[in-house]
Amino acid sequence: MNAIIIKELTKKYGSVVAVNNLNLIIEQGELFALLGVNGAGKTTTIKMLSCLIKPTSGDALLLDDSIISNPHAIKEKTNISPQETAVAANLSVLENLELIAGIYGQDSKTANKNAYEIAQKFGLESELNKKAKNLSGGMQRRLSIAMALISEPQILFLDEPTLGLDVLARRELWASIKSLKGKVTIILTTHYMDEVENLSDRVGIMAKGQLTAVGTMTELTTQTGTSKLEDAFVMLSGGVL
Amino acid sequence: MRMLLFAKRNIKEILRDPVNLFFSLGFPLVLLALLSIINSAIPPEAKNTMFQIKNLAPGLAMFGSVFMALFAGMLLSKDRTSSFLMRLFTSPMTATDFILGYTLPMIVMTIAQATITLLVAGAFGLDININTIFAIIMTALTSLLFVGTGLFFGSILNDKAVGGVCGALLTNIAGWLSGVFIPIDLIGGAFKSITNILPFYHSVEAIRISLSGNFSRLFSHLLVVIVYTVVIFTLAIIVFNRKMNGEKA
Repeated sequence: MNAIIIKELTKKYGSVVAVNNLNLIIEQGELFALLGVNGAGKTTTIKMLSCLIKPTSGDALLLDDSIISNPHAIKEKTNISPQETAVAANLSVLENLELIAGIYGQDSKTANKNAYEIAQKFGLESELNKKAKNLSGGMQRRLSIAMALISEPQILFLDEPTLGLDVLARRELWASIKSLKGKVTIILTTHYMDEVENLSDRVGIMAKGQLTAVGTMTELTTQTGTSKLEDAFVMLSGGVL
Repeated sequence: MRMLLFAKRNIKEILRDPVNLFFSLGFPLVLLALLSIINSAIPPEAKNTMFQIKNLAPGLAMFGSVFMALFAGMLLSKDRTSSFLMRLFTSPMTATDFILGYTLPMIVMTIAQATITLLVAGAFGLDININTIFAIIMTALTSLLFVGTGLFFGSILNDKAVGGVCGALLTNIAGWLSGVFIPIDLIGGAFKSITNILPFYHSVEAIRISLSGNFSRLFSHLLVVIVYTVVIFTLAIIVFNRKMNGEKA
């Protein structure tokens, strides 16, 4: 079943075309990696799909709801972990988690139960009463993703989730993301090719606002006659090997 | 429900910062003590009544509420620049949830601040009676001007700039042009005309009249404050909505 159907999605800022006529279908439970160099249009695409900005033209259906005509319904069943660590600094880990759960309609008892469960899943159980601002960068990033998941979204947007993390923290986060595969539809943006190789089912490559290629890693390397995803990415992004 | 959760978060976020706690609850009391000492040193023949407790207490209640602009602006600006607000914009929260969620904690804090300031002023000789409650309510009402100012600048500036505009600049302007620290009637002329055009002096007068219980001249002062409040809140809501829709303010 299709989770996301993107139809001719376009975003222009004045004369600048950030996303140009994007067409894409993503299956339910799939982890789709959206790649591109800086300014390729990845974040703009995610912002449109998560109803943060309105497209100039085109539309996208997320679990059958349009981002144009029914953004409120989409907001109920999606969540995002933004590029920056988006946590409430002076609130504890538990309070951050309960806040988001409450905003997505969970009663206080359920929010508290889910907060403990997700904290355990993300290795945050010993940090529950610590203020978010006192956590390490890696722990803050985990909290940020846990906050995106506590609402039990059917679609999750992860915008460069491991940016700035050390190797161990990245690996631990990968394990957490892997555990979601098949259950949650995930769109992941990243600049790390090893992350894509480890996590994604399919890959889309954007360049200058356009989707230049979509496929599995094998399909992309075969298409470009390369042996590594990074080489395929460079070629499909308009670079030179 | 969502609005209340967000409001609860906002009040925690502000009060857990010790600097905010000092400026919201402690600073008016420090000024109250200092200016009362100055008042006791002014000889009666000087006929300067501005630091008498019945004039000083409402002035400090208003001056304390000016800091709500700083708190509201800094919080909103930090939420915006840290992407926390972006996360919440993808949630089912509405624009009303956000605006009320930022405003309500400031009103609660103003009520707490004005209550403490006026009750402590009682120790310096202020009559505490039913009018004290009216004065607290009036302070909460006039504080909306500053909350709106904070929300407007918090929507368009980064937290450092908000600190400059809503902290240093606004507190100085409101302090000097409200008649809390300098005798406006004594100076007169163009200075007095400017204070009459701006809302700060009228905010103090509205609180002072409420405290005195003689409400006959309240409306003219309150009207000026209300007009400014409606204008700044309208601007704040327009700019915030544009941010929420991903448009450039």
